[in-house]
Amino acid sequence: MSSPANKKGSFGVAQVILFLSIAILVIVVAFPVLLILFNAFWVEDHFDLANTISILKQPMTYEALTNSLIIASMSTIGSTIVGTFFAWLVTRTDIPYHNFMKSMFLVPFMLPSFIGAIAWKMLLSPNAGLINRFFMDHLGFDGPIFNIYSYYGISAVEVMYLFPFVFIQVCGALERMDPTLEESARISGAGLLTITRKITIPLVMPSILSGALLIMLYSMAHFGTVAVLGIERGIYNIPVLIYERIHQSGGSFESIRMGAILATVLVISAAIIIWAQRKILSTGHYQIIGGKSFRPTQLKLRGLRIPLMLFCFAYIGFTIVLPTVIIFLVGGLSTYGLPFTPENLSLANYKFILFDFDVTRDAIFNSVTLGFTAAVITMFAGVMISYVIVKMKVRGKGILEFLGMLPFSVPGSVIALGVILAWSGQFGINLYNTVWIILVAYIARYMAFSLKANSAALEQIHDSLIEAARACGATMWQSLKDIVLPLAKPGMLAAFFLIFLPSLRELTVSIMLYAPTTRTIGVAIYTLNEDGETVISCALAGIALIIIVLGQFIINHFNKKAGV
Amino acid sequence: MDIIRMEGISKGYPDHPVLTDLNLSIKKGECFTLLGPSGCGKTVLLRLIAGFETPEAGRIFIDDEPVTDLANGIDVPTENRGLGVVFQDYAVWPHMTVFDNIAYPLKIADVPKAERKERVMKMIDIVGMTGLEKRYPSELSGGQQQRVALARALVGNPSLMLLDEPLSNLDANLREEMRFEIKELQRKLGVTVLYVTHDQEIGLAISDRVAIMDRKGAIQQIGTPWEIFEKPANPFVFNFMGIANFLDVRRENGQFLVGTGNQPIPWPNLPQGDTDKWVAGFRPSDVTLSREGAGLRGVIRRANFLGATMDYLVEIDGSHLRTAIETHKAIASDLILKVGAPCVISFNALHWFEADKLKEVLSE
Ligand SMILES: Nc1ncnc2c1ncn2[C@@H]1O[C@H](COP(=O)(O)OP(=O)(O)OP(=O)(O)O)[C@@H](O)[C@H]1O
Ligand SMILES: [Mg+2]
Repeated sequence: MSSPANKKGSFGVAQVILFLSIAILVIVVAFPVLLILFNAFWVEDHFDLANTISILKQPMTYEALTNSLIIASMSTIGSTIVGTFFAWLVTRTDIPYHNFMKSMFLVPFMLPSFIGAIAWKMLLSPNAGLINRFFMDHLGFDGPIFNIYSYYGISAVEVMYLFPFVFIQVCGALERMDPTLEESARISGAGLLTITRKITIPLVMPSILSGALLIMLYSMAHFGTVAVLGIERGIYNIPVLIYERIHQSGGSFESIRMGAILATVLVISAAIIIWAQRKILSTGHYQIIGGKSFRPTQLKLRGLRIPLMLFCFAYIGFTIVLPTVIIFLVGGLSTYGLPFTPENLSLANYKFILFDFDVTRDAIFNSVTLGFTAAVITMFAGVMISYVIVKMKVRGKGILEFLGMLPFSVPGSVIALGVILAWSGQFGINLYNTVWIILVAYIARYMAFSLKANSAALEQIHDSLIEAARACGATMWQSLKDIVLPLAKPGMLAAFFLIFLPSLRELTVSIMLYAPTTRTIGVAIYTLNEDGETVISCALAGIALIIIVLGQFIINHFNKKAGV
Repeated sequence: MDIIRMEGISKGYPDHPVLTDLNLSIKKGECFTLLGPSGCGKTVLLRLIAGFETPEAGRIFIDDEPVTDLANGIDVPTENRGLGVVFQDYAVWPHMTVFDNIAYPLKIADVPKAERKERVMKMIDIVGMTGLEKRYPSELSGGQQQRVALARALVGNPSLMLLDEPLSNLDANLREEMRFEIKELQRKLGVTVLYVTHDQEIGLAISDRVAIMDRKGAIQQIGTPWEIFEKPANPFVFNFMGIANFLDVRRENGQFLVGTGNQPIPWPNLPQGDTDKWVAGFRPSDVTLSREGAGLRGVIRRANFLGATMDYLVEIDGSHLRTAIETHKAIASDLILKVGAPCVISFNALHWFEADKLKEVLSE
């Protein structure tokens, strides 16, 4: 057994895997994005920057751009303040029930913001909104107390659903921060305010900024909230404009080209944001923040303890409980506009959408099968690509590393436009108006999640575990099967759920790609709501919320069992 | 016959070279130890032999068959090199029980189930893990994991074993036992062992031959443990093989005087050479300490009671040396000395070095 029998190395296998990985990323992500760039700058048969600029200067496109920027900036600032404040409150003060509050502040992560937007429209629309009506009818107000159809309204709703990005990052940083840093400052006589200003804030600043940039990126390219709340007053941002133009014109050249140009703006902003985030995260805050969990010194709130607690509960009640309850209540009404009295409420709508109404039944079926298929495919593709990036030593890996970054910086609306350009027949394959085009788009959209979860899991697998198998006589395939896959399972499972759950409520991509028979849950809720079928759309939203929360419970259960 | 032959091997990482033009052969059936300070490239060398890394230049032969020869496009994958490897970090698989870990090489080799079980249980017995075969690695101590790794490497009866610090996490008793065990297995099964460590004691205890590597990854001396210990080829080897004492000696009018004083060193074989500045090197165990008689006169500067031994720091005319004496002997011969007490020193062995060259080596 000692004499080497095989003179040839396993070059073949490694090359095949590398090639497959590159091919997947090129076909699914790089090619569509390239087509967008190409269409943005290429007119007929030449490169035409002047034309591109003239389109950007058109009032419509220009306004979409500035709106995207205004809304994203307001949402980012608001979320950062809210997220940082609550993070500080639950980690560094003696506020009661901080564990409960911490999990409540993470709930908006699960809730789709466009469903929230629908709820807030019913509560705060200027004339019919329940809260506005209550103030006008019973408290003698002359006009609405708050108009949700405004920049402020849209940003406020986005803040409610996006602040957890900052919250979770800052909580993490504050919990991991070595308390001796603060203690030594205190021993040397610094007051609490000085410590907060000179030590705490500089240390958590990278986390705050990194969360804020994520929100900026998300908000600029976000469709749902703006589409639901902006339409009345004609407020639209980049993704909404792309959607409307392409939908109205049935995919004309003009609309596609304008979409490509706007999408290019999104891609470039995203690239800048991702670059800035990496830069900030690499500026050494990890050296100061250890990996261990400390019990940080807690600030005594004294007299403010109870008022602040009540404030938190009010916030949770107002921004999380109230909209959710309204969705379920409206979903139970026989006709929209009736008061919520027992005789007007029933489960009839829920039964109708689940069993009798083919639009919603199809939508649920489509979303579940699409989400499941996309999750399985993306999970396996992601584990393979991450394996090459994290573990393999092959020439040409640099290309893959670059391609692997791409999914992180391509917003959903860009992907949707890209797959339209790539798969509507210009290149021999026409998937337009079929579920397959949505599937391809989902895979592209969620590849980043899969790469992240899988490479994190693979990084935990020390190289020597694989080498030990090789030394025991296992071929590369055997070591993959016996060692890598079993150890990568938690990461793959995480990837699966990270894709499956969000895809159940996906709107941004599906809305650009759906055909009458290929609506997803998100599309059905949105279009039913647009068509004035408010109660049906709310009932479906309620069902979606139940599925999502149940799914989240299953994940948490799995995670606990796996000790993650 | 050589089981391993490395010819002109060079290997580096982008920022620094590790091995340059290294040659090494290991004979079939011997227990060969590679000794070197931490970070000198021992693990890298082992990984080259195992085929986990490829060198920039050079060839590696196993059983006279080339396994790495990039110039001719040969790079035999690890699994076909027929090795047993024990990793510095154990590398036991966390998702498999002790039994499954050890059985894996046999499973890959398609050994029938019954035989597999018998061989694994025998191996488990040899490494003293009986009763723990159903445990997962997370339920084992570091030392126990190391033994699993050892059993896993041995169970397939490889003809060549590569061991990277396989005993570093065991307690002193178990380490001695396992070291003996490895030696026994090596003799009994006729395996060739390449053992890599920075612990000279283990290296000397079990090896047929030892190679000493310096910080730059160059091999300074190869020989039997006895040769290495008694005839160190240069100051590096000498220094590495034990806590060395160095006394400054200067040549004045043909006399060799210690430190800044006027006492000639009591040693018959004086060195030849142009330089006037010399250093006499010796181990603490090569020093004889007495209260009076012939020898160098010195003063006790520090006295430490370490339990079984007394440790003294002695000053001789501005130069210092350390020596140790077993406590019971010290009591018997009235050599419990206090700080400031006069004493007399003589030597059993001395190695001469030129002062300038020694400084170069020690400052590296
Ligand atoms: N993958 C790598 N990339 C860059 N440098 C490396 C890599 N592996 C090893 N080195 C460097 O090569 C040198 C030799 O490393 P090696 O692991 O062989 O040391 P060693 O002799 O085994 O030390 P120890 O006794 O501490 O295990 C070190 O300076 C190390 O930093
Ligand atoms: Mg090492």
